[in-house]
Amino acid sequence: MSNSLHNVIAQVEQVILGKPHQIRLALACLLARGHLLIEDLPGVGKTTLAHALARSLGLQFQRIQFTSDMLPADILGVSIFQRDSNEFKFHPGPIFAQMILADEVNRAMPKTQSALLEAMEEQQVTMEGVTRALPSPFFVIATQNPTYQIGTFPLPESQLDRFLMRIQLGYPDAQAERGLLAGVERREIVAKLTPQMEAAELLALQQQVRQVFVSPALLDYVQAIVRHTRESARYVHGLSPRAGLSLLAAARAWSLLDKRAAVIPEDVQAVLPGVASHRLQSVQDVQRQDGDKLARELIEAVAIP
Amino acid sequence: MNLPSTLIYGLLLCVLMVCAPHAAHLPSWVSVESAALLGWCAYLTRNKLALPARWLLGALMLGDVIGILASFHTLFGRDASTTLLILLTAFKQLEVRNLRDATMTIYLACFIIVTNFFYTQTIAAALYMLATLLLIVTVWLHLHGDTLPLKARLRLAAIMLMQAVPLMLVLFILFPRVQGPLWGLPQDAYGSSGLSDTMSPGSLSKLSLSDAVAFRVTFNGEPPRHTQMYWRGPVLWKFDGKTWQAGRATSAQAPQLDSLDSASDYTVTLEPHNKTWLFTLDMPTSISIPAQLTYDFQMVRTAPVNARLRYNAHSQLGYRANADEDPRQLQRALNLPPNLNPRARQLAAEWRARLPGDVAVVNAALEHFRREDFHYTLEPPALGSNEVDDFLFGTRHGFCEHYASSFVFLMRAAGIPARVVTGYQGGEYNDLGGYYIVRQSDAHAWAEVWLKERGWVRIDPTAAIAPARVQSGLVAAMPDSAALPFLARMQSPLLLKLRFDLDALAFQWNQWVLSYDPERQFALLTRLGMESVSLQQMALDMMLGLALLVGLYTLFMLRRLQVRDSDAVQRLYLRFCRKLEKTGIARAAHEGPRDFAMRAAQAQPQQAAAITDITARYMALRYGKAPDPMALQVLRRMVAAFRL
Repeated sequence: MSNSLHNVIAQVEQVILGKPHQIRLALACLLARGHLLIEDLPGVGKTTLAHALARSLGLQFQRIQFTSDMLPADILGVSIFQRDSNEFKFHPGPIFAQMILADEVNRAMPKTQSALLEAMEEQQVTMEGVTRALPSPFFVIATQNPTYQIGTFPLPESQLDRFLMRIQLGYPDAQAERGLLAGVERREIVAKLTPQMEAAELLALQQQVRQVFVSPALLDYVQAIVRHTRESARYVHGLSPRAGLSLLAAARAWSLLDKRAAVIPEDVQAVLPGVASHRLQSVQDVQRQDGDKLARELIEAVAIP
Repeated sequence: MNLPSTLIYGLLLCVLMVCAPHAAHLPSWVSVESAALLGWCAYLTRNKLALPARWLLGALMLGDVIGILASFHTLFGRDASTTLLILLTAFKQLEVRNLRDATMTIYLACFIIVTNFFYTQTIAAALYMLATLLLIVTVWLHLHGDTLPLKARLRLAAIMLMQAVPLMLVLFILFPRVQGPLWGLPQDAYGSSGLSDTMSPGSLSKLSLSDAVAFRVTFNGEPPRHTQMYWRGPVLWKFDGKTWQAGRATSAQAPQLDSLDSASDYTVTLEPHNKTWLFTLDMPTSISIPAQLTYDFQMVRTAPVNARLRYNAHSQLGYRANADEDPRQLQRALNLPPNLNPRARQLAAEWRARLPGDVAVVNAALEHFRREDFHYTLEPPALGSNEVDDFLFGTRHGFCEHYASSFVFLMRAAGIPARVVTGYQGGEYNDLGGYYIVRQSDAHAWAEVWLKERGWVRIDPTAAIAPARVQSGLVAAMPDSAALPFLARMQSPLLLKLRFDLDALAFQWNQWVLSYDPERQFALLTRLGMESVSLQQMALDMMLGLALLVGLYTLFMLRRLQVRDSDAVQRLYLRFCRKLEKTGIARAAHEGPRDFAMRAAQAQPQQAAAITDITARYMALRYGKAPDPMALQVLRRMVAAFRL
């Protein structure tokens, strides 16, 4: 595996202090061709993480700040009539970039949200009968504020499922906080970051992830996990087949980050909270606040076969 | 041909092995032809030649059917059918083209195994058939596309056979037995060597050359002395100058016995001899199976003994038998063929005239045998028409039948009622089995004379000439033992012990396998606590037992299927985990191997290297791609060597 991947990790760790696990999860999500949802309070470094990742990976970066009055055209782009050439010309929206930071995605109206999510899913934009491919690689990091905050339109379950992972950053620990407070301003550091790899290299790595070996014994384990969520009375719904596929893809990417050629149960366990927490809902919890706890319980409930 | 040649060779070997024991009794042309057919098939397979046309095989087969008809005059019955089956099986090999034909051969081979037991049921035969069955199952596995190497396939076949053993035991023990053979075997299935109901010079000495077991006896209590072991068989009254026969009874008087001395109680396991009489000690009083005690103290059954028979009998060793004999019977015991053996008559008349009573005459005769130059031999010279004269005054070399015959002749000539009794004398003690073996070589003939007040008294003239015969058996009595059967001659202690061991084994085999009849089944089931079960109950128990076993096997196999993929590797890892668990480091069910290894290595720093190494190898085997086949061996060694 290329060292540049580790340079990327090292570089991002300089910016986001004390969160190596979340950084690796974000990278794994990217390598598994998934999209990432970061859910946390404002000001814990969601935007900085996305920014640092984009710069380190050498991707075109676009930030879209979602607001409640935003329309789909604000994301996808708009065709404007050109008086001199007497025809409509398409002005691509901010979504035509390799890495999108969709900030506070749950503040937009459902109509706008679904425009973004459709583009994420299809990797293309269709407007006025013309289909335009999005760039490759294409990676969306969406952030959302906790759903109980005012002025939010929570993402429906079907749309949550389109994110490969949901992670939470949380407050930094004391040591990291001290480093943050004592150090230079994050924005300056991000501005100075240099790309550690090219887009082509990232695509090659994404290809490599698909070739990480998965043994029958490991498939047994993934199946046992999925089966448990479906059979247990603890959850409103079990994990979907797509969730199972996502879990496997993320575990493969995690294993690649660990420089291994085969997936082991620990890989699955490492990515499971990220992959499953936004897909699982406890029967006691309507607010979906304890996804992480549920995922940890899930790990402990399923024996490794 | 789309079957692999190794499979064809395997099939041929199966057929050869199951048919080989039949060669002993098949017409020689059948053996030769079958071997030739198998050889032909092997040749075609080796050179990848096409199989012969069906019309050719059909024509050859037709010829063989005619050949069988010519040899046996029938196509039915044991011999002809077996022969036909073997030939057809050999022919079948020349048209084995696909899986179906090959499977057919396997079934045929299994069936031919059974036919072997029509001819012999010894332990050796059973062992041979077991080996053959192993081969058949091995080939069968091959047939089902198994790609295992030969050794592994043999092993699997052996395991399958062993798995069948409990099923076999259940079937054997619980299959409801019915009295008598389930279906009638042709008469020729039974050997018929043994005493006959006539006696002529040479008939017993010929029998003495046979090692075959006549019967086995277990005494319930103190066994009698060797000199008292007279096993009573046919009693012969009628003499025509050459041959002794039973003759026809002139009285229906029931036998009467006054006991004088000790009694004996014993169990006899009689080999089939195709005759109606049963052997008992002189003189029998009762028997455990339906049989009739005749006026001359023979135990006789209505049906011939054509299967091994066990019975319990009771005898009086000291007795007064028929002291009030019917005069007509006594007259029968005095009849002599006229005009024969004048010199013997003259000798008897001399004794009668000179001596005061019957007892003195008897003693004089015995004294005569003892004093004069008589010899006891297995190879007596031929005798002329006046047999008794020729023997008494000419050759003077004879076997027990000569002495018994001439003694009875002399007694009758002297006016003393006398008769010949045939049977067996003595027996050989097998201390391993705790029983006596009586062989055909123990066949004997003696005399009985009727004396006033004393009834019929046993007189053994052979004892006068060769006392050792009665005291210790035939071997001791024969100075020159060249003509004795091989087994009887063995005197080396080691060989003797081996012989007894083998016989004890054969005895158990007979008792528990071959003659496991309703009676023994009942006894065994009673001992197992299933008292007085009906046939239906037994059949039901058998089905239940079988279902239980099959169910157990199924569960076992399902479990194996579940862990099949992981089996060896996972078992090793779990053993490793158990070793760690003993020191208090238990792996949680959801704990991944790497996490566990890290935790364990921290808890056991001195073993950290081994723990990490074993875990890495385990992960490579279980989760890795295309693991090294040797890695499992390495892991096994490491786990075995892992100590805390």
